[in-house]
Amino acid sequence: MKRKLALGSLIAAGLMLLGACSGSGSASNGSSSSSSSKKAESAKIMVVGSTALQPLVEQAAKDFQKENSNIVVNVQGGGSGTGLSQVSQGAVTIGNSDIFAEAKDGIDASKLVDHKVAVVGMGPVVNKEVGVKNITMAQLKDIFTGKITNWKDVGGKDGAITVINRAEGSGTRATFENAVLDGAKAVKSQEQDSNGTVQQIVRSTPGSISYLAFSYFKDDIQPLSIDGVEPTDKNVTTNEWKIWSYEHMYTQEKIDSATKKFLEYMDSKDVQSGPVKDLGYISMHDMKVVKDAKNKVSEK
Amino acid sequence: MKEDKLFARSKEIRQDNWGRLLCYISVTILLLLVVTIVYFISSKGLQTFTKNHVNVWSFLTTADWNTSLDAHGHADIGALALITTSFSTTMLAAAMATPLAFVIAIYVVALKPKFGQRFVQPVIELLLGIPSVVYGFIGLTVLVPIIRGRFGGTGFGILAGALILALMILPTITSLSIESLRSVDPSYQKFAYTLGCTHWQMIYHVMLRISAKKLMIAVIYGIARAFGEALAVQMVIGNTVQMPTSLVSPTATLTSKLTTDIGNTIDGTLPNNALWTLALILLLISLAFNLIVKGFTRGGEAK
Repeated sequence: MKRKLALGSLIAAGLMLLGACSGSGSASNGSSSSSSSKKAESAKIMVVGSTALQPLVEQAAKDFQKENSNIVVNVQGGGSGTGLSQVSQGAVTIGNSDIFAEAKDGIDASKLVDHKVAVVGMGPVVNKEVGVKNITMAQLKDIFTGKITNWKDVGGKDGAITVINRAEGSGTRATFENAVLDGAKAVKSQEQDSNGTVQQIVRSTPGSISYLAFSYFKDDIQPLSIDGVEPTDKNVTTNEWKIWSYEHMYTQEKIDSATKKFLEYMDSKDVQSGPVKDLGYISMHDMKVVKDAKNKVSEK
Repeated sequence: MKEDKLFARSKEIRQDNWGRLLCYISVTILLLLVVTIVYFISSKGLQTFTKNHVNVWSFLTTADWNTSLDAHGHADIGALALITTSFSTTMLAAAMATPLAFVIAIYVVALKPKFGQRFVQPVIELLLGIPSVVYGFIGLTVLVPIIRGRFGGTGFGILAGALILALMILPTITSLSIESLRSVDPSYQKFAYTLGCTHWQMIYHVMLRISAKKLMIAVIYGIARAFGEALAVQMVIGNTVQMPTSLVSPTATLTSKLTTDIGNTIDGTLPNNALWTLALILLLISLAFNLIVKGFTRGGEAK
């Protein structure tokens, strides 16, 4: 009996593995698919993608499910690229992305519908010992393209600059390069893929510079002003601060009523002045300008 | 009725048949899994060469990695720096961990068997249970600043990666070494003592000689584990795709490049395919490690 049980569970485990393998096609992280209830009227929404947007959607989904117990919202990370490719294949309901689908090679943006749910401001940060608090846009570009390599050239102490970039193809890097590098190629340097690690490295590495979302600005690192403009939410809403991006939730053209309801909830006042602000994002409702996929900014 | 019962299959036979069926199913699933994984990674990884027309030779012998196309539609895809760093980090880690592991194993098996078994071995096995992200974080917050202070540079690089990996594979190599030393027939030890061997002579000429091959396998398992480790290494290696010029210059390994970039690429595009090719290389290398272990085990049996 015992042996039978053991064998049975072995097979069950094997089958589950196989299912996870064949079902997910390529990049799905294969983690918890929450137990969908068997009621016919219940709906399930799968959200996958950007890790920068993940905390907000998770919080919103939690609140949303309290009021709509028949809808299950399952939120996963995986990166903007994963989100976009999964949603365009129809593998998930919603694909989260930090960048416009148009800006990503290999994605047919015309088949996707963009739902912008929040704005994230980003800014350069340096190690505290560097002795620089303000910088010009041209200097910033020269640092990240490798033309300026010593802090004394931008008014700081004598010391080498250590550039810490973000992962190639990541949303944060795309946003920064669009606003700062203007098509120039970044210098070969360290690449890190998470805000937390970047914060940790900048804090402890002398002469280091990188860039972070506003919500990761902490006391032990030094955010820089650019051309005298401070990195604040208010300056983002007027586009005086240039480095910011939308957080997108992409869907296919046809969506069911539950998904529609959830997306409407994301844009509601409950979310926009609740979790959005609590978690350090900027509300869509506060923005006084709009940016299009080609990075053209115009008055709202 | 009675005859029926006589010719009917007994409960035990049924149980047997069931068991056999379940075994066959399990084995089939396992084989299918292996085949599909190998097929999947190969088909994806080879697309870099077949669909994107990257030259295999330049893939293996150049060190620039720039998957986004420039104005002329050209991308630099060279994995040499990644392969070099992967190998040097792993080998350095094994070189640091192996002597320590052997000495601990000798201590546990030959010198203080009781204390070793009750205390030292559980402590070592405890190290196996620590998640790699924790090792990585310790490396990032403690090790990297120390290396920066002592050896210069930014502290990120092969040295930091190798030290962390050495710590991570130490329990693997030690546990396997302990097992192989234990498997030496105790009567050999007694013979050695009877012949007037000292403790050390017995350990060196009897124990280590007899289990030499198994100790080699222990090391290779450690190396294989180190080669595939991604997260902890990624946190301390510096993630800069360039040929390492010293032990403290930031660089990147096959695995660290994969974990950093895979989430940002789109299925079917060149950046994505190129990463699958890296995965294919990893698969082939771990296959090679397995074959080496197989070779050693076979040699051991013949003796």
